[in-house]
Amino acid sequence: MQKRSIVTITYIVFLLLPIYWLVAMSFKPTNEILGGFSLFPQTFTLANYKVIFTDPTWYWGYINSIIYVTLNTLISVAVALPAAYAFSRYRFLGDKQLFFWLLTNRMAPAAVFALPFFQLYSAVGLFDTHLAVALAHTLFNVPLAVWILEGFMGGVPKELDETAYVDGYSFPRFFVTIFVPTIKAGVGVAAFFCFMFSWVELLLGKTLTSVAAKPIAATMTKTASSAGYELGLLAAAGTLTIIPGAIVIYFVRNYIAKGFAMGRV
Amino acid sequence: MKTENQKAWFFVLPVLILVAFNALIPMMTVVNYSVQETFGDNLFFWEGLTWFENLLRSERFHAALGRQFLFTFLILIIEVPLGIAIAMSMPRKGIWVPFCLVIMALPMLIPWNVVGAMWNIFTLPDIGLMGYFLNHVLGISYDMTQNVFAAWVTIIIMDVWHWTSLVVLLSYAGLVSIPEAYYQAAKIDGASNFAVFRFIQLPKMKNVLTIAILLRFIDSFNIYTEPFVLTGGGPGNSTTLLSIDLVKIALGQFDLGPAAAMSLIYFAITLLVSWLFYTLMTKDDVRS
Repeated sequence: MQKRSIVTITYIVFLLLPIYWLVAMSFKPTNEILGGFSLFPQTFTLANYKVIFTDPTWYWGYINSIIYVTLNTLISVAVALPAAYAFSRYRFLGDKQLFFWLLTNRMAPAAVFALPFFQLYSAVGLFDTHLAVALAHTLFNVPLAVWILEGFMGGVPKELDETAYVDGYSFPRFFVTIFVPTIKAGVGVAAFFCFMFSWVELLLGKTLTSVAAKPIAATMTKTASSAGYELGLLAAAGTLTIIPGAIVIYFVRNYIAKGFAMGRV
Repeated sequence: MKTENQKAWFFVLPVLILVAFNALIPMMTVVNYSVQETFGDNLFFWEGLTWFENLLRSERFHAALGRQFLFTFLILIIEVPLGIAIAMSMPRKGIWVPFCLVIMALPMLIPWNVVGAMWNIFTLPDIGLMGYFLNHVLGISYDMTQNVFAAWVTIIIMDVWHWTSLVVLLSYAGLVSIPEAYYQAAKIDGASNFAVFRFIQLPKMKNVLTIAILLRFIDSFNIYTEPFVLTGGGPGNSTTLLSIDLVKIALGQFDLGPAAAMSLIYFAITLLVSWLFYTLMTKDDVRS
């Protein structure tokens, strides 16, 4: 038993070390960082955070990211729900092919789509809007949401649907008031995964925006390179990007693995 | 049993339209570029399969592809066994379980460029925790901006840090689904630890492990942001993986034709390998 916990503890320490370093650095002034090595901040400062919370180019990065991530999550789950229901309950012409085709979009390298996406969203006049990034991220989030929801729906017995119809429920009323609440854990997990993959993605988010909808991740790369080596600021901005993830993860902690397994554990 | 119902197409229509808009139109653009040459001003000339021929003979492409396969191979052989080992050592119940799960999932929730930046700060030779420790405490000369080997070790460790938890979480989910009675039966039979692993735990983890391997293959093969931020593809071209090279050609040099041809070949390789996994997975489903 002892040997086992050592493995787990070592791994957790390994996971936490780089995060600790990022957080520690965010509380150091720049000259202390560049001056030499120190395990703990010698001069504790909140100056880096103050810059982020007072400079609109910084804090708008966060607001932009949160707007498009939320939009993406809403769109992805909304369109995936009926589709997942169809895949889990019915056989129809081309269902397997369609399912596999959806799967292939999860495999496409984002780099392949960077340039065509730029042209497509410029052509339809959505370039540099939150909606453009939200729609672009549905490319990999919609298929993911469909699989996860389909996995959870497969666990709900068909008798539920049949009983509701016998009781005189129309399909839309059954779906919204009975079925969706039944699989609300699955909806939560699907929403979590859409949030996650939209939040961490940078390449498409950066390509599809310039000023008005620029994500925080892009703000960071630009500021870091133009302002030289402002490591403290970079560390503070990085630390703040961890917080939303840490909050949402707490709510789905018992379902994360099931979500990654597309609901098929 | 599923019922046959063609009206189900109406349910999948929104998904179909949305994904088709995002996948088919850009894909057609890529196909279009891949057979043409442009000198700007929207002037295009038919090139046929020239770009594909050039690419398949190009040493630069072979080198990037080779590095990409090496990277993915190393990631899989390190992360999969390590993930299984950690999942087996995790507590099955008690107050530490949610704590472990949340900490382990945390790296996956950090934006990819922040992961790169974080590891950059962490590995700076004189002022980063890992860089300082290696150089000044252990006395190993370490600078990933100068040394190819150090750069590779760093991007591998970074990816292990970032994604091993995925394998851990999935294996763990498989492990906790094993009823206690199985272990008791094994104990009565006097089975060794290895036999328990080989004949009880591994078969139970098989499904989730296939998904873990598939996801790790796809994501490590398509990786872009983290190594780009960490090493910028250097020193030299030593860590220029396939995506980094592609973005360099497409957005850096604006060579649309060659970049498009490369995109198609890249996607085709990902698809082919993933399809092999998919067939293996569904074949097992039928058998069991």
